[in-house]
Amino acid sequence: MSFAQFSLNNAWLIPMLPFIGFLLIVTFFKRMEKTASTTAIIFSAMSLALALGVVAAIAQRPELIEEPFVRSFRWFSMPGLEISMGMMVDTVAAVMLFVVTLVATMVMIYSTGYMHGDPGYTRFFAYLCLFASSMLGLVIATNLLQMFVFWELVGLCSYLLIGYYYFKDSAREAAKKAFMTTRIGDFGLLLGIVVLQLNLGTLEFTELAEKLPAFAAAKPALLTLIGTLIFIGPIGKSGQFPLHVWLPDAMEGPSPVSALIHAATMVVAGVYLVARLFTLFHVSPEAQHLVAYIGGFTAFFAASIALTQREMKRILAYSTVSQLGYMMMALGVGSLTASMFHLMTHAFFKALMFLAAGSALHALHGTADIFEMGGLRKKMPWTAAFMVIGMLAIAGIPPFAGFWSKDEILLMTKLHGFTDLYILASLTAFMTAFYMSRMVFVAFFGPENPKNHPHESPASMLFPMSVLAVLAVVGGLVGTPWTEHGFGYWVRFGEYHHPEADWTVMGGSVVLAVAGIALAWAIYGAKVIDAEKLKQRTGFLHTLSFRKFFIDEIYQWFNEKIVTGAGKMLYWVDLHIVDGLIDGMAYITGKFGEQLRLTQTGQLQHYALVLVGAIVLLVLLMGIVGADSAMALMGGGR
Amino acid sequence: MGFPLLTIALLAPIIGALILMFVPEDEHRTIKGISAFFTGISLILSLVAYFGYDFALGGYQFVEDLVWIKEIGVTYAMGVDGISLPMLLLTNLIGFSAVFASWNVNKRPKTFFVLLLLLIAGVMGTFISRDLFIFFLFYEVVVIPLYIMVVIWGSTKRVTKEYAGMKLTIYLLIGSAFLLVGVIALYLNAFPVGERTFLIEKLAQAQMSDSFQIFAFLLLLIGFGSLLSMFPFHSWSPDGYAGAPTAVSMIHAGVLKKIGGYGLIRIGLLVLPVGAKFWAPVIAVLAVCNVAYAAMIALAQKDLKYVVGYSSVSHMGYVLIGFAALNVIGINGAIANMFAHGVMSALFFAMIGFVYEKTHTRWIPDMGGLAHQMPRAAIGLMMAGMASLGLPGLVSFIPEFTIFIGAFKVYPVLATICISAIIITALYTLRALANVLFGPRRPEFDQYQDAKGPELVPLVVLGSVLVLAGFFPSLLMDMVNSGVEPMLKPLMDTLNSAPAIGGGF
Repeated sequence: MSFAQFSLNNAWLIPMLPFIGFLLIVTFFKRMEKTASTTAIIFSAMSLALALGVVAAIAQRPELIEEPFVRSFRWFSMPGLEISMGMMVDTVAAVMLFVVTLVATMVMIYSTGYMHGDPGYTRFFAYLCLFASSMLGLVIATNLLQMFVFWELVGLCSYLLIGYYYFKDSAREAAKKAFMTTRIGDFGLLLGIVVLQLNLGTLEFTELAEKLPAFAAAKPALLTLIGTLIFIGPIGKSGQFPLHVWLPDAMEGPSPVSALIHAATMVVAGVYLVARLFTLFHVSPEAQHLVAYIGGFTAFFAASIALTQREMKRILAYSTVSQLGYMMMALGVGSLTASMFHLMTHAFFKALMFLAAGSALHALHGTADIFEMGGLRKKMPWTAAFMVIGMLAIAGIPPFAGFWSKDEILLMTKLHGFTDLYILASLTAFMTAFYMSRMVFVAFFGPENPKNHPHESPASMLFPMSVLAVLAVVGGLVGTPWTEHGFGYWVRFGEYHHPEADWTVMGGSVVLAVAGIALAWAIYGAKVIDAEKLKQRTGFLHTLSFRKFFIDEIYQWFNEKIVTGAGKMLYWVDLHIVDGLIDGMAYITGKFGEQLRLTQTGQLQHYALVLVGAIVLLVLLMGIVGADSAMALMGGGR
Repeated sequence: MGFPLLTIALLAPIIGALILMFVPEDEHRTIKGISAFFTGISLILSLVAYFGYDFALGGYQFVEDLVWIKEIGVTYAMGVDGISLPMLLLTNLIGFSAVFASWNVNKRPKTFFVLLLLLIAGVMGTFISRDLFIFFLFYEVVVIPLYIMVVIWGSTKRVTKEYAGMKLTIYLLIGSAFLLVGVIALYLNAFPVGERTFLIEKLAQAQMSDSFQIFAFLLLLIGFGSLLSMFPFHSWSPDGYAGAPTAVSMIHAGVLKKIGGYGLIRIGLLVLPVGAKFWAPVIAVLAVCNVAYAAMIALAQKDLKYVVGYSSVSHMGYVLIGFAALNVIGINGAIANMFAHGVMSALFFAMIGFVYEKTHTRWIPDMGGLAHQMPRAAIGLMMAGMASLGLPGLVSFIPEFTIFIGAFKVYPVLATICISAIIITALYTLRALANVLFGPRRPEFDQYQDAKGPELVPLVVLGSVLVLAGFFPSLLMDMVNSGVEPMLKPLMDTLNSAPAIGGGF
């Protein structure tokens, strides 16, 4: 048996290995820093090797494009409810396996340098292993409940890692916010899962694929409802509007975490879930349109916020939200290929940018504002080069990876008749090129800030970045319109259509990207246009963008005043009305008892009186209802 | 009759209590060691019962029958099935942990541990007896140690410990008054003189009129409902737990209140199916009040024990709506969730008790950053909290999911409200945990040591159950289903044809 075949048959090892790594670290290597990080890297690299094996195995077996490779066992069951766990590998899963294991391994190598000397070093690597394991478990899920289980576990890891610096109030709050916001999405998802299970009797992806078309024909409205409920989950997880608020705050976590979890892997879980349920969204046009428009709007909206932000990681975070919107939109307009392609290239260049940002922040000891940086390229040439590569990729300059995938999305949006979204997405592409080059020009070019003493990062940090940089340059070549049997042949839904190159779309997006970069250069590089004046000129719009449309403030108000206020009010009701009623009854009983006590006088004549009275009553009763019934009433009997 | 496994498990703590009477009061270590030993025996025996139980066969196993009072039909009848076995296991897991959670009780320890052992035996007896009379007897046995323990070893916060103890006891007694009437009515109505019996499985075969069933079930519902902290009879729960010492909070929230849910299923549903069906919609509505209302109130709490107290009320709503669904999936979920909540709340109270013992505060605004000084206790609190908010991979997710499936079938709107409460649950749990554990280091807590030695036993025992049953839910669900499925099958026709109040809604 070849290694490829072995990898496919034992794909469950891919999530299992990092989990073993996690167990080893928490049980044995808690105080052995070097051993802990080496363990994490080795186990993660073994997963990467297996993931590559899976990719190779699939390349030999094109039938897996249509027929996923499934192995599962019974997890628990009762009459009417059977849930299994297992592994399901097809091309979509293989792409994710490769991306997750690759980025995880690179980030772990990077972290040996970045986290060096941190008191929680081993804890950090343990969390990373747990995260990698959960994320990979999510990827190979055979059914929706298994996916939900790992979905929540990656959420837990995200919570723990955002709050990694738990002694900081801001980190603590950000972690809580991330958990809560995604929890709102999970409520919708869980409800959707329950309704789906009750109506179709299964949550297995393969069985759903068979049953859904008939169900869609019979009950289209119900299916739209299910699709919408389920989509609330991805809205939360993948930071779509209006639940995007947690992702920028999640930057409180260490930079490697931002690269791994909040750029390349966990946040795309929502995209992956929709892709996994493409059979559902495909037959429910209303739900699918919702996906398209939420995605398109999020892409535009987040980019409009990123235009004015000042913190490096926050700019990157809003850009992530925006790019996730692209991926969602691609699914919504019906192109699984474009979405997964962009997911992959985005993982390369966004992880690269976050690691480069981490490298810069590491060197500057916590200066986050790009306007306090300046000229970093002189002291940090490698980091600057990596950042520029990332910027060119995300801006969509050919032949960098982002160009091909973004082009595919724009093309599909236009081809499938979503002209409005096509225009919106093109505008977003322009803004993306602008704010990304703004960040690069301000932080890495121009005069150096004399207050800073930057230095280039060690090789342990530069090596993983260079791997990602290579992929950010050439990674898109697997899916150009001129590639025979390229990405789109392998990762697709339904029949294979080889896309023809559309020169207007391609040319248009390049022009917009170049224009965005040029504008940013004019303002922040050459300073032909005065930034301050521009800020005053745009006044209200600038404030709106800079203050993120005040959405955080609205949520905070709602949470503090409405929700907590209602809790306080109900507590009052509980203390004074519900409990008061019961206490009142006790009080009445007590009073009654006091009155009753007065009868216990201890004087014989009183008792005699009562006795005589009772006999009289009894005789009267016998006279009225008859002796037998009276006896029965008094509790006697024969 | 073979080896009387259940009787020995039941007698172990009682024998332990008897031995303790002869130990001098100042031999603290011996007292605690003896208590741990005898609760340990019960725990091992209930594990033996779990592994020895034949799930494929189902029904009552480890049966013991001994006619006690022939004239009125009382039998010392013991046995466990898929419904009582998880409760037996839960009782002893928590009982054993509670002994270690009380390791630092140094005020009159002899009396404390005697009462604790009697409490554990009493609770265990209710779950393993198949005779209603014996069930009731053990239920009453529980009240006495409970009251004394709260009043002597409790703590006074919002309410005095005397008030808390009294409230706890009065609710138990009022509940048991309704139960007593219900039980006697059931006994008299089921069979004519001479054939009368308290055996539950016999009572279940009796032909009782619909109107009687509806009446008797209402009595049981009030009795068991107030024990299960069903709205509006729930207010004892937060006050009571807050006043009680750690071990009592653990046992009460963990298992004792589960007698309510257990009784509703074992006696209410099995013996009075028509009555259960009639009142089910009312239970479902009250259940939603429990879930949503108590969760909202938990948001406003500042005392850590009150947060968990209201949270426990909220979680019992899940049990109730699972019960009210009256289908196999819902009832499976209800029983499994009683187990899940028991483990989780016992761990929660154990950890809170530990932290309180050191810092002498449970007032959330006064706490913070405890993860610095007490990382192990922090792990325990995090695990309990994450289980409370239904995180998959921990014990309570699958039971809750099962309940949602079962309940949504029958009450889609009410079930949706219940599911939405997972948001509020996460909110109050995370808020409390974040404010207690995380944030800047507080130097005033630097003098306190983390949990170690015997103090770690509750964390290890309950924590491993939490994870094990979370990753392998069939360990729990198969056991429960082996009891629920055969019990419900013969009842299904009755349940489907009987009317519900207001025609159901």
